Amino acid sequence: MSGVLARAGAFPRDDAEDEPLGRPLWARLRRQPRLLIGGTLLLLLLAVGVLAPLIAPYDPIAVNPSDGLLPPSPAHLLGTDDLGRDVLSRVIYGARVSLSVGLISVSIGLFVGVSLGLIAGYSGGWTDLVIMRAIDALLAFPALVLAISITAALGTDIKNAMIAIGVVAIPAYARLTRGQVLSVREREFVTAARAVGVPPLRVVLRHVLPNIANPIIVQVSLSTAFAILAEATLSFLGLGAQPPTPSWGQDIAYSQRYLANKMWWMSAGPGLGIFLAVFAFNFLGDALRDALDPRLRNRG
Amino acid sequence: MGGYIVRRLLLMVPVALLVTVIVFALTRLSPGDPVLVYAGEERDPAQLAQIRHSLGLDQPLPVQYAAWLAHAVQGDLGRSIRTRQPVIEAIAERIPNTLELGGAAILISVSIALVVGTLSAVKRNSPLDLVTTGVTLAGVSLPNFFLGLALILLFSLVVRIFPPGGFVKFSEDPGGNLLRLVLPATTLAAASLAVNVRQMRSSLLDVLGQDYIRTARAKGLRESVVIMKHALRNALIPVVTLVGLQVGAIIEGAIITETIYFWPGVGRLAVDSIGGRDYPVVQAIVLMSALSYMFFTLVVDVLYALLDPRISYGGGRR
Repeated sequence: MSGVLARAGAFPRDDAEDEPLGRPLWARLRRQPRLLIGGTLLLLLLAVGVLAPLIAPYDPIAVNPSDGLLPPSPAHLLGTDDLGRDVLSRVIYGARVSLSVGLISVSIGLFVGVSLGLIAGYSGGWTDLVIMRAIDALLAFPALVLAISITAALGTDIKNAMIAIGVVAIPAYARLTRGQVLSVREREFVTAARAVGVPPLRVVLRHVLPNIANPIIVQVSLSTAFAILAEATLSFLGLGAQPPTPSWGQDIAYSQRYLANKMWWMSAGPGLGIFLAVFAFNFLGDALRDALDPRLRNRG
Repeated sequence: MGGYIVRRLLLMVPVALLVTVIVFALTRLSPGDPVLVYAGEERDPAQLAQIRHSLGLDQPLPVQYAAWLAHAVQGDLGRSIRTRQPVIEAIAERIPNTLELGGAAILISVSIALVVGTLSAVKRNSPLDLVTTGVTLAGVSLPNFFLGLALILLFSLVVRIFPPGGFVKFSEDPGGNLLRLVLPATTLAAASLAVNVRQMRSSLLDVLGQDYIRTARAKGLRESVVIMKHALRNALIPVVTLVGLQVGAIIEGAIITETIYFWPGVGRLAVDSIGGRDYPVVQAIVLMSALSYMFFTLVVDVLYALLDPRISYGGGRR
């Protein structure tokens, strides 16, 4: 119902293939400076993660005790930790862990959540009832508690953290999709498609999904921010990435023991990393919502 | 209204049952044989089988679940593997500490959000509003544990105002208790503050755009009266909802903060128990936090209905 695609209501986009999905979006996006800022931040972040081996001044894992605990200096811009590892290099490599957790766990949440939402919303009846009660049960857990207990149950490992965060992301997608499907389901172009005998799966994928994509895109950005924050938190608690993998949350946990000596730089670097990554996705999500959801434009 | 509450309670039953299934299943997924954890050094197969039998772990899973649920309903959540203390006791000992910390945090967060959110909405697009919007967006992106460590560094190591952590009972040393409360409560408050300010601001903006506000202004009422008497009352409804949910999620927020500041609450108990593979304790805390979250969601919905008479919850009769 919302956004560019659905706003062409009199002109329903039935064939997603004919016209690239990007073009009408892009025309609008260009007029949104916040989107450009958010998008640029995001691209920079991705570049740092992908190009880490080229950018990082030092090996993030190699131990070099003679250079241990150096404060920031031109040679080590963010200082070194107790094992002489360059904090900046670890922060740069840490982006890889955070971004891959963000990508994979959000993909899990997106795929499972949207599928469940489509099935529940489109089928209705008992299927809807059962799926949504299961979603309610997942929603009954505070997000972090659920992520922690799934990770603890599966075993502390970065893969399990991804699964846990993915599961936590499912309900938001399922609810959002179901609500959108319910509002689109009875529109003329869907009824028409059904009337001419298009099979249900094709109706859902070709006619319903493209028309509800905008709010889902917004949710992807916001839930990636959540996933990165959650990974950092799990790793901080020792439930995510394991040493010596550079990971922002885990590095901050490790730096705690030197806090009493006021060796702030060991935490400051990774803290800045988490902040920038989460901020980029939150900022982009906010901007996307304003751009794609005209109903909310005049809201705070 | 009574009917609405009863219906909501009935709807909660299947969901609550599903929650218990999830909690039970999560513990059973856990790596490692619980019998080996209980047995300690014991490795004699006959002894292990004996322990397995006495714990009921040789029964089929549905039977185990039913037994566990039957005990849980009666408040028997087993004993801690590490301390052999009944789980329910271990949690009950720490709940007051968590409530003290969580309550203080919510108090701080809500009072600041009311003032800042209102000012920000009333003076929309002013420098204050822009700063607020920027700071709150930054605030939701800042990990709580990082903020906590930064506060410790600044206010107990560089400037030695507050102790860097620890706990004394209020009944033994009220001043010491409050002194140690300041940093953790501020850290925890920061987590919800950004969200609360944003909600306060946007719901007040929503209300200010409505017709009855225009009418009130047209009557010649002073702007302060319009805001305080007419707008705020309605703008507060979504904020109450949000804060209600935050009350329900106190344990969640406390996990990180209590760990950083060595605050002996339920959140820290959860983290310690995960580290020590003390599954009965973890299980109980997870179950409790889910049920309290569900309960407060219901309370919030009921409050919502009471606060906003426009909302009808079906059934025709009042």
